[in-house]
Amino acid sequence: MRFPSVRLLAAGLGTAIVAIVLVAGLLAPWITPYDPFITNLDARMIPPSFMEGGRPENFLGTDQLGRDYFSRLIYGARISMLIGIATVITSGLIGITLGVLGGFFGGRVDDVVMFAITCRLSIPLILVALAVVGLVGSSLTVVVLTLGLLLWDRFAVVARSTTMQVRNLDYVAAAWAAGCSQAHILLREVLPNIIHHLVIVATLEMALAILLEAALSFLGLGVPPPLPSWGLMIAEAKEYMFFSPWVIMVPGISLFVLVLGINFMGDGLRDMLGAQRDV
Amino acid sequence: MSAALLEVEGLRVGFGNGTQAVRGISLSVARGETHCLVGESGCGKSVTSLAVMNLLARGAVRTAEGIRFEGREIAGLSEREMGKLRGDAMAMIFQEPMTSLNPAYTVGSQMAEVYVRHRGGSKAAALDRAAHLLGRVGITAPGMRLAQYPHQLSGGLRQRVMIAMALMCDPKLLIADEPTTALDVTVQAQILRLLQELQHELGLAILLITHDLGIVARMAHRVSVMYAGRVVESGPAAELFGRPTHPYTHGLLACVPVPGKIARGEPLGSIPGTVPKIGPGYSGCAFRERCSQAMPACGAGDVPGREAGPEHRYECHLGADWTARLAAEAAA
Repeated sequence: MRFPSVRLLAAGLGTAIVAIVLVAGLLAPWITPYDPFITNLDARMIPPSFMEGGRPENFLGTDQLGRDYFSRLIYGARISMLIGIATVITSGLIGITLGVLGGFFGGRVDDVVMFAITCRLSIPLILVALAVVGLVGSSLTVVVLTLGLLLWDRFAVVARSTTMQVRNLDYVAAAWAAGCSQAHILLREVLPNIIHHLVIVATLEMALAILLEAALSFLGLGVPPPLPSWGLMIAEAKEYMFFSPWVIMVPGISLFVLVLGINFMGDGLRDMLGAQRDV
Repeated sequence: MSAALLEVEGLRVGFGNGTQAVRGISLSVARGETHCLVGESGCGKSVTSLAVMNLLARGAVRTAEGIRFEGREIAGLSEREMGKLRGDAMAMIFQEPMTSLNPAYTVGSQMAEVYVRHRGGSKAAALDRAAHLLGRVGITAPGMRLAQYPHQLSGGLRQRVMIAMALMCDPKLLIADEPTTALDVTVQAQILRLLQELQHELGLAILLITHDLGIVARMAHRVSVMYAGRVVESGPAAELFGRPTHPYTHGLLACVPVPGKIARGEPLGSIPGTVPKIGPGYSGCAFRERCSQAMPACGAGDVPGREAGPEHRYECHLGADWTARLAAEAAA
């Protein structure tokens, strides 16, 4: 009898975590017991129901304004996933376009792309976020755009190097010899054969974007209150952490578990797609 | 010479680093004929074939006095015009069947793609034609193969698929760049027989690039021997094998082990040295350092072209009867 390997288990676990968070985020208005924005000053800082002093109505207790912590956590999942996915789409489009063009055409085009990547790598993310928030104020859109416009470097690097490999393969030469146009070769010959690398980058970038959003929100540069972002929840909870440690542990552990899950899923995808290509 | 399908005159290919891969060669391929381009690695065979298709890598500079296909000058055609020709009237098959098919698509969709691109029509009609051609190149259950991905096929099958794909648009010229090098000998024989059959049936002209003299002897109507970017000897196959005149051709033929002719334990023939790197300003015969007959005249200037028989040309300072003279001297 064969047991599934640890890697496979981790991949399954990661995918399950991501799926649960995604579904919870999508269904947030229907599965949360309370409105996450309604405050109740009579019921502040109630511990989770399984702890001493907790009550059954609030599964994870309430925060410093008496808002239901479980409801806020689920709405926070929505924001984390939204930011993760929107950032990956934006940065993926920019990075893949630049990387594929640079890798495919080489020469001067590649010089320009490499210059752009180097410039991007030298920009400190938090400083840019600080400047942008200072200029236009903080909002969900600003966070997504800031992260999306800054996190494309890994996409570009991976797309560029894999395109360079694929460009020189015989089936691309065969496509030229069959009279295919440049656009056809880029979109139908090169892109489908590098996309599995990019899917893996996308998962890593998504985890990074979620962590960065939490960091920015923690610094007050991300999602503005009273939106229930996990990073913001940690920020608001840090004043109470000595007497009510769960207010910081609940969003903190959620963040840790989600990012871990995404990374496990990415590793699993890499193993799976890698194995499929080994002909 | 109106029968010539492809005529190349004075083709030169240089690379950015000064290397000259092809140094003014001319060749012609007649309709329905197999023209073999032979030579050792690095002598410019593949570059020549890519230059004809205008598929050279960036950094390569191609100049030619003329490249005519069906009497039409194609050296100056735009990329778009060339694209219409490639895969349609002139098709190409490559050395490595294992990597020449795109792993992301099924065999059927890749084959149909070429046809729809050049001829239009529905994908269903193109798939019908693909199935027919797969059957023609000797693949059983073509319907099943169409739905398979390249990694599900063996090397021999893939090369058959490549040939069928090249035939999708009824090409007049098939350029085959060492089509059997990566295959084992039995499959190689099958593929070569297939190419001959197709040639008879469809009147294909084949420009076959190879370093295997056995293949040349079997397939070629006409042979061009390349060395360091020049065609050093060319002529009808029987003539060239019967009376090899250039010392290099001699050397090549001496390298072919013939069972029964060479004694047990006797070393196999070889040509000492390697192909020299040809930079700008190279002059003289490129073979002189490896040639047993080298003389002072070989060191500089152009090597004269000579006739050794009807349509049998070679480039050397030696007269066509040098082997006979050598034998006579040895006897005396």
